Amino acid sequence: MEILSGLLQGFQVALTANNLVMCVVGVVLGTIIGVLPGLGPPATIAMLLPLTFKLDPTGAMIMLAGIYYGAKYGGSTTSILLNVPGESSSVVTCIDGYQMALKGRAGPALGMAAIASFIAGTFGVVALMLVAPPLARLSLAFSAPEYFALMVFGLTMVVLLAGDSLTKAFLAMLVGLWIASMGTDLFTATSRFTFDRTELLGGIDFIIVAIGVFAVGEVLGNMEPAKPAEMLPVPKGLKNLMPTWEDMKKCRFAFLNGSVVGFLIGILPGAGSTIASFISYGIEKGVSKHPEEFGKGAIEGVAAPEGSNNAETGGALVPLLTLGIPGSGTTAILLAALVLWGFKPGPLFIQDNPQMFWGLVASMYIGNVLLLILNLPLVAVFAQILRMPGYAMYPLILGVSIVGVYTASSSLFQLGLLAVFGLLGYAMRKLDYPTAPLVLGLVLGDPMEKALRQSLMMSQGDPSILLRPIPSVLLALAALLLVVPLFKRINAIRIQVIERES
Amino acid sequence: MKFFARSGDLWSGLALAALGAYIVSRAWTWVYMGEDGPGAGFFPMWYGGAMVVLSLVLVAGAVLKSPPREKPPSVRWDDVRRALTCWVAFVACIALMPLAGFVISFALLTWFIVAVMARQPQRVALPLAIGGALGFYALFELALDLSLPKGMFF
Repeated sequence: MEILSGLLQGFQVALTANNLVMCVVGVVLGTIIGVLPGLGPPATIAMLLPLTFKLDPTGAMIMLAGIYYGAKYGGSTTSILLNVPGESSSVVTCIDGYQMALKGRAGPALGMAAIASFIAGTFGVVALMLVAPPLARLSLAFSAPEYFALMVFGLTMVVLLAGDSLTKAFLAMLVGLWIASMGTDLFTATSRFTFDRTELLGGIDFIIVAIGVFAVGEVLGNMEPAKPAEMLPVPKGLKNLMPTWEDMKKCRFAFLNGSVVGFLIGILPGAGSTIASFISYGIEKGVSKHPEEFGKGAIEGVAAPEGSNNAETGGALVPLLTLGIPGSGTTAILLAALVLWGFKPGPLFIQDNPQMFWGLVASMYIGNVLLLILNLPLVAVFAQILRMPGYAMYPLILGVSIVGVYTASSSLFQLGLLAVFGLLGYAMRKLDYPTAPLVLGLVLGDPMEKALRQSLMMSQGDPSILLRPIPSVLLALAALLLVVPLFKRINAIRIQVIERES
Repeated sequence: MKFFARSGDLWSGLALAALGAYIVSRAWTWVYMGEDGPGAGFFPMWYGGAMVVLSLVLVAGAVLKSPPREKPPSVRWDDVRRALTCWVAFVACIALMPLAGFVISFALLTWFIVAVMARQPQRVALPLAIGGALGFYALFELALDLSLPKGMFF
């Protein structure tokens, strides 16, 4: 009953003219950046975040979330037509989607990707709506030691699955923690790592690092010439995009598999939509009566991964909104957005901000319907974006990055920092350092230090406070996860997963 | 030259070890544990120490790794040069802003990327540069009422 009334309230919020427009803008932008290889949701959300400061936060959150899940719809278009994933989460779709396109079935592959995304995306929103409120109530029992342990566990998961070198992933996370501790220490008013610059007394704005590492770093990386791939044609007319009844029957299990696996993987920090899509593809192939068809254009091989990477969005929002713990680079930026707008994601978030939470949930139902409409009849229009040359796009990204940072800070010093972090992002890509742990370390560094210091204050310096039941289980799990790669066989599986992702 | 001297892991590991040592040395000067609990140096001391240890593990891994049987793919310095050229242009654009403002600086950056780096003809580069810069001005300054960096004249 409580959920139904919440949802009703959510639709009242989401259906206002302003929020509807924001939803449309978000999903259209999301589809566009999903289609474009090389520009992902973290870069786009980071660039646009400062421009949302003057907007109503609910509408802004609806738009940013629209970009997040809209990109996953768009990513499949590039995978199917170009054999290049528009998003990392669409990489599995290349396997069977492109084969279908080569066989002249690009239409049904695109149609199935949109339909599976819609079904699983909607499942993810339903599950988010059902799981988040009770989990938030449960987490009300958490205090500083539990939060510290939870953040350690989350960071460990991200580090474990971020790159094939655990050491590099860890180092990236530690650099994130260092940047997070720059500025004035709120407990003792000590200036830390400010290099005698007054501009650094308030610390380094998360936005600058995120835009620098993701957007500017991405542009610099893309400056290296790449051989252009040839795009297959998009079939004209809605009729040619619709899968047959036989195709739909074949994909019954794939819809369920993608929905459930995607949502559950989404809840885990660090795992993300790419891993979700690989697992659901593996399951689909494993249970199929004709596994030999996979890799040669099996339509279930499109439905399962596309479904799971969309259901993952709902799962990923559960720990973000109820615990304030992001599990990926994109959700870390969404967390930063909520904090910048003055919200405190955590156990009381839903209770204190029902308009925001239920408005977001309802907008996701609407957004999924809009995306189904956009990605069926309008897929040919979005595919034309792939013809846009890089030299026209990169100045645009750099321009929006400058405007974004300047809007947030009105300072040329911060623009200088943007250039520095852009170079850092490029260097990290060249040297194979994963960027997600850096961003998560940066977002969680401050609350993690606060939680640790509060815990030790509560116990007057006695670290055994971290041995309370919940923290001890979480810390033991984190330690276990770090020990796991020492076992060669398990490490080989971990690296296999990461290699597939990259 | 030893094969590991070309390893990015070696040099990035050394740089991070130096950063870790700097963090620990700074944290040493702050209170580690006070009467009220952990001080400003507590957390940096731990992650700085971890950074030193892990970066040395990375360095050791690069040095002790046996030489590859086949010659590893060499760094494509031309690609790196292109990226760094773009970065320098970006920095120059930012540096020019106090003088020329956003619109002119951004138009010059766009022109440089399109005409010089992408080697497109002026009939493509100039409209993109001018149109892009004016488009940004119209969208952000006029339509969205956001302030763009101002120069001495514009």
